[in-house]
Amino acid sequence: MAFGNTMRHIPATRPVVFHARLIIGVLLLLVVAIALPFVASGYLVFQLTLTLVYAIAILGLNMLTGYSGQISLGHGAFYAIGAYTTAILMTRFGVDYWWTIPIAGLTCLIVGFLFGLPALRLEGLYLALATFALAAATPQILKHNGISAWTGGVQGIVIIKPDPPHGLPVNADQWLYLFTLAITIAMFVLAWNLLRGRIGRAMIAIRDHPTAAAAMGVDISLFKSLMFGVSALYTGIAGSLGAIAVQFVSPDAFNILLSISLLLGVVVGGLGSIPGVIFGALFIEFVPDFAGQVSKAAPWAVYGLLLIACMYVAPSGMAGLARQTLASIRKAGRAWPLA
Amino acid sequence: MNGLLHQVFSGLATGGIYASLALALVMIYRATELVNFAQGEMAMFSTYLAWSMINAGLPYWPAFLLTIGVSFLAAAVIQLAIIRPLANAPILASVIVFIGLLLVFNSIAGWIFSYTIKTFPSPFPSEPLWANSYISTHEVGAIGVTLALLAILFAFFRWTELGLTMRAAAENPVSSRLVGIRVARMVALGWGLAAALGAVAGMMVAPIIFLDPNMMSGVLLYAFAAALLGGIDNPWGAVLGGFSLGIVENLLGAYLIGTELKMTVALAIIVLVLVVKPSGVFGRTVLTRV
Repeated sequence: MAFGNTMRHIPATRPVVFHARLIIGVLLLLVVAIALPFVASGYLVFQLTLTLVYAIAILGLNMLTGYSGQISLGHGAFYAIGAYTTAILMTRFGVDYWWTIPIAGLTCLIVGFLFGLPALRLEGLYLALATFALAAATPQILKHNGISAWTGGVQGIVIIKPDPPHGLPVNADQWLYLFTLAITIAMFVLAWNLLRGRIGRAMIAIRDHPTAAAAMGVDISLFKSLMFGVSALYTGIAGSLGAIAVQFVSPDAFNILLSISLLLGVVVGGLGSIPGVIFGALFIEFVPDFAGQVSKAAPWAVYGLLLIACMYVAPSGMAGLARQTLASIRKAGRAWPLA
Repeated sequence: MNGLLHQVFSGLATGGIYASLALALVMIYRATELVNFAQGEMAMFSTYLAWSMINAGLPYWPAFLLTIGVSFLAAAVIQLAIIRPLANAPILASVIVFIGLLLVFNSIAGWIFSYTIKTFPSPFPSEPLWANSYISTHEVGAIGVTLALLAILFAFFRWTELGLTMRAAAENPVSSRLVGIRVARMVALGWGLAAALGAVAGMMVAPIIFLDPNMMSGVLLYAFAAALLGGIDNPWGAVLGGFSLGIVENLLGAYLIGTELKMTVALAIIVLVLVVKPSGVFGRTVLTRV
């Protein structure tokens, strides 16, 4: 069957050739991304900002699940930690919003690394269990009375939307979008460099054959918990940006469904595919809107069916599907003159 | 002292429910080495089925039995149609499908029955037995039903040919296939039994925690913790783990930390067991040769 080995479909890192077409494509995408907030309506700009936020979070989860093969059902918890770090720093300590983002990322790196330390002893299923419990417990922990002086308890925290810098001809929404876009691009470039280098190769080796990786001198436990930390850092930065964009954090926004949404974004986009991340983010931002018009429960039913269908029809996600289609078109193109 | 006893007894009642669901998880784990994340939502859906039958005028016990039967069949069909084709896929694929099932059951229940909380009837009288002040009759009944269920399951696996066949298929699928056992059917049967157990757990817990599409999330988490604590491949461990966690949860809730951190306690237990003794208290330590 097609899914025989979901993981093995993910190509190992290949030497990257900078085709002129690739460069033009990326530049074009950039121009479109920068131009978008100036043509779209205010609400659409907000949605696009959130899409970028989700893209960072999904990228983080994909680095963990797609590249190092560890299953996390609890990345919503790191998203929440990032969001709350920013909200608390901004409202309680008056820290500027751009400073809160690296602090949120760093906090998540440490928490993720520490959670990853015991977690790396856990093989696939048990890690899924532990992170599932983490996701289920997150709203309760955030609501707890002991820390409500910081977190605002059930009410959450309201954040004031940051003003654009003086002299720039953009409104607050557009500025936030461009700010998020810049960070998203930086995070993607960083991830791309990390994954196609020594660390990425080590991760893929651990995923595909841990014993051989260890024999080649890869420190499995260090790399696994490091990857957990880095993945949490990405998701934390996303949470931080998300809190600024939504201007509000509350415990019930960070329930288990958030973690599942992120996982869905990874699966739909394509495990181990960096371009697929953008598709996954667009999907989890815009599909609930359409499906929500049918019924409150409909988006989640659609999500559930899609998760199952993906494992059958497109185990490597839209990225894999696109790759296959391109390959078959090329094959057909080549075969055409012979026919 | 009275308060303490009361907490211990009602802990036993919820513990029995955790034990049933933990046993369902263990049953599927032994047969397929997978943990069914949708077990709780399937149990919730079964409970809604029972609720609709009772609301349609069926007496409690026929509805109870009918629900168990329907859940059994539905789960066996789900296993054969959705889970079985993924038998050789990586764990990630199975986990994702389980999460998909969880979402589907949860949202369909919300869709059909709405998210408003409903009361679920108890088959047991509302006045306490012998006018005692420690334990309600429903709690006694829930413990009784759980114990009866465990006895039936034990007898089934110990003394019937089908039970023996199922154990063989779980223990050693390859050799079982060689002696003519239809392993795939046995796995589907295991799924059916697990869903039946879950249905009973759901119907027993619903009068206590009320009926809504998210009612089982806490129960499932405690069942996970119970199964891990007892050793995820050990049915007796799961039962013991379930009962003891029910008591621990109630005592902690009453005397130490309140009920707001219920899920966090389950998380702490799960992480603690996985870190300190991943095979659980009664589980087998699995050694892999590399």
